[in-house]
Amino acid sequence: MTDYKMHLLICGGTGCKASESDEIKNRLNQLIHDLGLEDEVQVVLTGCFGFCEKGPIVKVLPDNTFYVQVSPNDVVEIVEEHIVKGRPVKRLLYTDPTNDKQISDSKGMDFYKKQIRIALKNCGFINPENIDEYIARDGYQALGKCLSELTPEEVIKEVKDSGLRGRGGGGFPTGLKWEITKNVENDQKYVVCNADEGDPGAFMDRSILEGDPHSVLEAMAICGYCIGADKGLVYIRAEYPLAIQRLKIAIKQAEEYGLIGDDILGTGFNFHIELRYGAGAFVCGEETALIHSMEGLRGEPTFKPPFPSVSGYMGKPTNVNNVETFANIPVILNKGAEWFSKIGTEKSKGTKVFALAGKINNVGLIEVPMGTTLREVIYDIGGGIKDGKEFKAVQTGGPSGGCLTKEDLDIPIDYDNLLASGSMMGSGGMIVMDENDCMVSIAKFYLDFTLEESCGKCTPCRVGNKRLYELLDKITQGKGEEQDIEKLKDLSVVIKDTALCGLGQTSPNPVLSTINNFEHEYHAHVHDGKCPAGQCKSLLRYDIVEDLCTGCTLCFRNCPVGAISGERRAPHFIDQTLCIKCGVCYEKCKFNAITLT
Amino acid sequence: MPKIKLAENTVQLIKDICVEFENKESELINVLHQVQSKLGYLPAEVQEVIAKELKTSVAKVYGVVTFYSFFTMIPQGENPISICMGTACYVRGAEQVLNEFKRQLKVEVGESTEDGKFSINCLRCVGACGLAPVVTVGEKVYGRVAPTDVKKIIAEYHNR
Repeated sequence: MTDYKMHLLICGGTGCKASESDEIKNRLNQLIHDLGLEDEVQVVLTGCFGFCEKGPIVKVLPDNTFYVQVSPNDVVEIVEEHIVKGRPVKRLLYTDPTNDKQISDSKGMDFYKKQIRIALKNCGFINPENIDEYIARDGYQALGKCLSELTPEEVIKEVKDSGLRGRGGGGFPTGLKWEITKNVENDQKYVVCNADEGDPGAFMDRSILEGDPHSVLEAMAICGYCIGADKGLVYIRAEYPLAIQRLKIAIKQAEEYGLIGDDILGTGFNFHIELRYGAGAFVCGEETALIHSMEGLRGEPTFKPPFPSVSGYMGKPTNVNNVETFANIPVILNKGAEWFSKIGTEKSKGTKVFALAGKINNVGLIEVPMGTTLREVIYDIGGGIKDGKEFKAVQTGGPSGGCLTKEDLDIPIDYDNLLASGSMMGSGGMIVMDENDCMVSIAKFYLDFTLEESCGKCTPCRVGNKRLYELLDKITQGKGEEQDIEKLKDLSVVIKDTALCGLGQTSPNPVLSTINNFEHEYHAHVHDGKCPAGQCKSLLRYDIVEDLCTGCTLCFRNCPVGAISGERRAPHFIDQTLCIKCGVCYEKCKFNAITLT
Repeated sequence: MPKIKLAENTVQLIKDICVEFENKESELINVLHQVQSKLGYLPAEVQEVIAKELKTSVAKVYGVVTFYSFFTMIPQGENPISICMGTACYVRGAEQVLNEFKRQLKVEVGESTEDGKFSINCLRCVGACGLAPVVTVGEKVYGRVAPTDVKKIIAEYHNR
């Protein structure tokens, strides 16, 4: 292997690729080649660094210089200044917004300081398309140890002792799940990796698969060894082409190295992995629906029990775990259950990856120990709310979860505390909202999602959610009636109690949670005909202040529906019956003569 | 929907794909993925051929096609525009961007323009939440799109 003096790591996650990180890589390679430095400097396209807000990111090793928002045009300067002359390009360094100081090493950034990386340990460090780099960071060591030194029972005990719980949302103890599947007698069993990440705003599974696919493959093989399965299936969204491509490469390389396939490491253990593609159905994240989809059927859930551990794919015992759960396994087995169980809270061990998005300064992927508070996540790591606005709520758990408010900022985040606060862990999406977000509209947004994704099998979900949506729509249109809020509550409870699967049972959560925390906003819509956040169009009213209007006709000319009339140099008027509340006049007026109430 | 007549080689293409998956009914979703990637969409006539090849009912194939949002029975425009309606994009103004596309192209979601150049669709989270709101045209991803950028994006493809 070439002994490089310098490494340039470029983020090759979906977000940074959209900002031309491929082009940055090509230009770097070209320049380095032109300078004859290809034996000295290595350019590596890695997985996601997590700091998506500042992408594309280029990191220089060994000095750990962390360049942000790099464009292909910056490449020449990076090479000429940094690589050739050894002087960092100051203008591309990250500036700490709190004190305007430049920080060159990512370890010094607030975004990274409080993070502990277990599931994401290799993301942004290795080239995911090269198995050697994974192996160099202890890759496949855990698999080797399990196969040669430990019995399946011993491995399961280690996983149980670590306290690892399912990271897909349910929080079921992973070791226990493995044990149950192991104890079912059958000649054929399956290991399934659930990579159908459908929760809008959550992208940790995609990042792990794009940045460190081997960790998941290794863990699946270990799981297969424990439960007695020789076949693994990864069910992945077709919307993730890059993750699919990297998984395919990883499987091929692992097979070539004899780490997956027949007679792994000469131990006689066989384990094969195949990919299955989702086709855009959120409900397929539910394990019984996922299994039906893998069998080529409509992804409709069925009643549990029987659980997949007993009767799953093709009627055989099947162990389903999520991507992030698997990514924890090799680290746990390498470092030991005791080490892992020291991180986190009493009942939630280890770390959790969160996808921080919405109205927050540092959008990105973070991994923090369980028990970290929401305040630390939003203000220390997330850098606070965008544009200096007021924090209003954060939605966790996606369409199945609920919102947390200012009052919840100091609770330690773990499975149980989030449930107690009326939300849930879910897969780890955190959407931050500010004062301009209308909570009734947010509830309606999630219901719209559920409606579209409901498989239609059971009535409470198919019809009940439709009725919930209609009620919310009525309220945002300003046509809400006194009893509607009560109706929303009652119906929500009925749906939760009677729906067939997890999707239906949790779909009213956003409604209940927003009513619980922001009932005054619902009342403002219903009683006062006002949307306090100024988001519900039907409740807005644009007016022209006669004294301020100069009659410049700018609004008149820009109004798309001809609702504005008036003579030149004389005050104009808006015909409220024609106005579609698009806000163009409000934006265009140079004299602040248009008011919004 | 008007009936269409499939060309002989299209039928053969579908049959070949089915054979690739050993004409197994359990491979239906994989077959549909392959066929759609070749033909662009899955009209009823195509589903009939698939059903016959996999020895299953057309109703079952139709059931699966309509269940999954990734499959479409309507041909897409030359430049399929997708607006991400994931939560992160939604709170950063994806709805206004969508409305602007609808207004400029004069089509609704799921429709194509008359000249077949553009079609609009919504999708749920491409996972590039750091760039919200996100719009994709074909394979190209546009980040931090404002309603005022819409005209420029459309113009990029208009004269191709």
